[in-house]
Amino acid sequence: MKAVLEVSQLTMDFGGLRALDHIDLEVREGEIVALIGPNGAGKTTFFNCITGIYTPTDGNMQLMPAQGAPVRLNGLKPNKVTENGMARTFQNIRLFQNMTVLENVMIGRHCRLHSGIPGAVFRPPANRREEKQIVEDSYRMLEKIGLTGYVNEFAKNLPYGAQRRLEIARALATEPFILLLDEPAAGMNAQETKELDDLIVRIRDQEQVSILLIEHDMKLVMSLSDRIYVVDYGKRIAEGNPEAIKNDPAVIKAYLGEEIDA
Amino acid sequence: MMTLQEIKKSLFTSLWFMFLTFPIMVIKVNTIEKTIEWRWERMAAVGLGAFVLSFVWRYLIQRKEAGKKRAEVGSEDNVPLIPRLMSDRRFYMPGLMATIVMVVAFPFVFSLYQTNVMITALIYVVVGLGLNIVVGLAGLLDLGYVAFYAVGAYSYALLNVHYGVTFWMALPIGAALAFLFGILLGFPVLRLRGDYLAIVTLGFGEIIRLVLENWNEFSFGPSGIANIPKPGLFGLDLSLQQSTTFIYFLMIGLALMTIFVVRRLQDSRIGRAWIALREDEVACQAMGIDKTRTKLSAFALGATWAGMGGVVFAAKTTFINPTSFTIWESIIILCVVVLGGMGSILGVIVGALILILLPEYLRAFSEFRMLIFGVILVMMMVFRPGGIISDVRRTYKFEGLGNKAENRGE
Repeated sequence: MKAVLEVSQLTMDFGGLRALDHIDLEVREGEIVALIGPNGAGKTTFFNCITGIYTPTDGNMQLMPAQGAPVRLNGLKPNKVTENGMARTFQNIRLFQNMTVLENVMIGRHCRLHSGIPGAVFRPPANRREEKQIVEDSYRMLEKIGLTGYVNEFAKNLPYGAQRRLEIARALATEPFILLLDEPAAGMNAQETKELDDLIVRIRDQEQVSILLIEHDMKLVMSLSDRIYVVDYGKRIAEGNPEAIKNDPAVIKAYLGEEIDA
Repeated sequence: MMTLQEIKKSLFTSLWFMFLTFPIMVIKVNTIEKTIEWRWERMAAVGLGAFVLSFVWRYLIQRKEAGKKRAEVGSEDNVPLIPRLMSDRRFYMPGLMATIVMVVAFPFVFSLYQTNVMITALIYVVVGLGLNIVVGLAGLLDLGYVAFYAVGAYSYALLNVHYGVTFWMALPIGAALAFLFGILLGFPVLRLRGDYLAIVTLGFGEIIRLVLENWNEFSFGPSGIANIPKPGLFGLDLSLQQSTTFIYFLMIGLALMTIFVVRRLQDSRIGRAWIALREDEVACQAMGIDKTRTKLSAFALGATWAGMGGVVFAAKTTFINPTSFTIWESIIILCVVVLGGMGSILGVIVGALILILLPEYLRAFSEFRMLIFGVILVMMMVFRPGGIISDVRRTYKFEGLGNKAENRGE
């Protein structure tokens, strides 16, 4: 299978602290890949680097769209990264609180459309069509994620689980071919986590997106992922399928610590 | 419920105030006769006043809390009153008619002075709506907004002095120059937000004012520019009364155009991007919105309206100098937006009318103007932080699309 995201030797220093230390990672077409590690291992930093929020110290990041030439992500601004087909959600939910649910998704459509200031003021037919299209597309997206009951509700008034799903809907509205989910199941109960599991698989199959996720819920990670990367103290300590990771001594050591007289 | 405890708290407040004001309110030393006068009746007045005020304050706060709880329980009618009236045709149409009649008849019914006051208020409506784009929609706190107003005013005045440019030519030129200055200010502040942005824009406003004040060869310094012609109407010779009426209708036209444009901008792809930027800058970028362009467009478009307002201001007063463009002016415009309701067009209009007209008609209390102003601002922020008329998000209906059943994913 063809790779869609290729990261090699990614390094990120914050002053004297090396948050990421020569990380290699690859996501292939149609795959669900998990990135796990203890707290503070550098997982979210990794996301922030590849989505352009941080500028990495060193390393290479490349997106490979199905059609067209590969795109080097180094130095791209976050909005350009999204335009090139990689969208993300946030660990601490970052919705547009005082906008309605529908508007949140409409913002996701923003980068695929072009009407400017004259279009907004004079509203030529093309612009009206575009507006209508945005509303419709956004509504369809909410249908897919199962949030149409909340269309005109403020994002801040949604229950927690629905907010998490709305973040996913908003990210999907940008038409990505790879979706980054930062702890999508954080704070969810068992039932919600189960639904999320189904949702992620459904998204992968229906929308043809590859998924890279950070997650602490091991049950979810093990059942969902095709492959898992483990990082600890900014270093990649293991890579492989769930079965291999479960029994990897380095991983066990990172999570549970070492026996003193091993 | 007002309980005994509340009364006790108010009593305590009143005692505290009596104690605090004791030295200045009660004791009066007569230095000539070397006697001390004890004015105990004043203490009683302070005590009573503090008690009543504190009680009323507590009552209002409680009512507000109760209101909040009611809203949380969630009923159909927690849409604010005024938008609800606006959406009801029975109120909306007659209201609109009455407003139109009032607006058209105003300069013929009222005196020249009243018309002039109204023109000033309308200028603030236009300028306030411009600032509303920057502060209300895009969430960029701009404390130097008056700089763009000055750019507009001075571009008309100077172009007229040097090249004899007429008002009608100057209006678009002033707007364009303000637009350019908006971009000019926009670039250095792209990376800033919140307090830092406010301080830099404050500095920018002061820079423009100081340049105008000190660069005598360019701007005629503090003595300003006089004899700026009023706007002409096909070369007709207008009397003072007529030309004031003309400017009045011109301002009405400009205000209507502003409302139209801002309304459309607000409800467009650009407007949504501005609001998203206000809500969360990082998420906004991560969703593919170009932060640079969005910020610059907000600054530039907001400035444009200030520029136009400035041109009309120069034409109306026929004399400008840098003292018209102090930080105080920026603050008034900001108050118009905040008091009226950030992001709400109707709110800004109401805010401008209240803030400009009230001081004019309350000249009798002019000594207390600042005091009243301060009290109103504090009360507003406590009881109606969203402004007089707060922004209502547009809602969409989807009868034709799929099932509208309770699809809440539960």
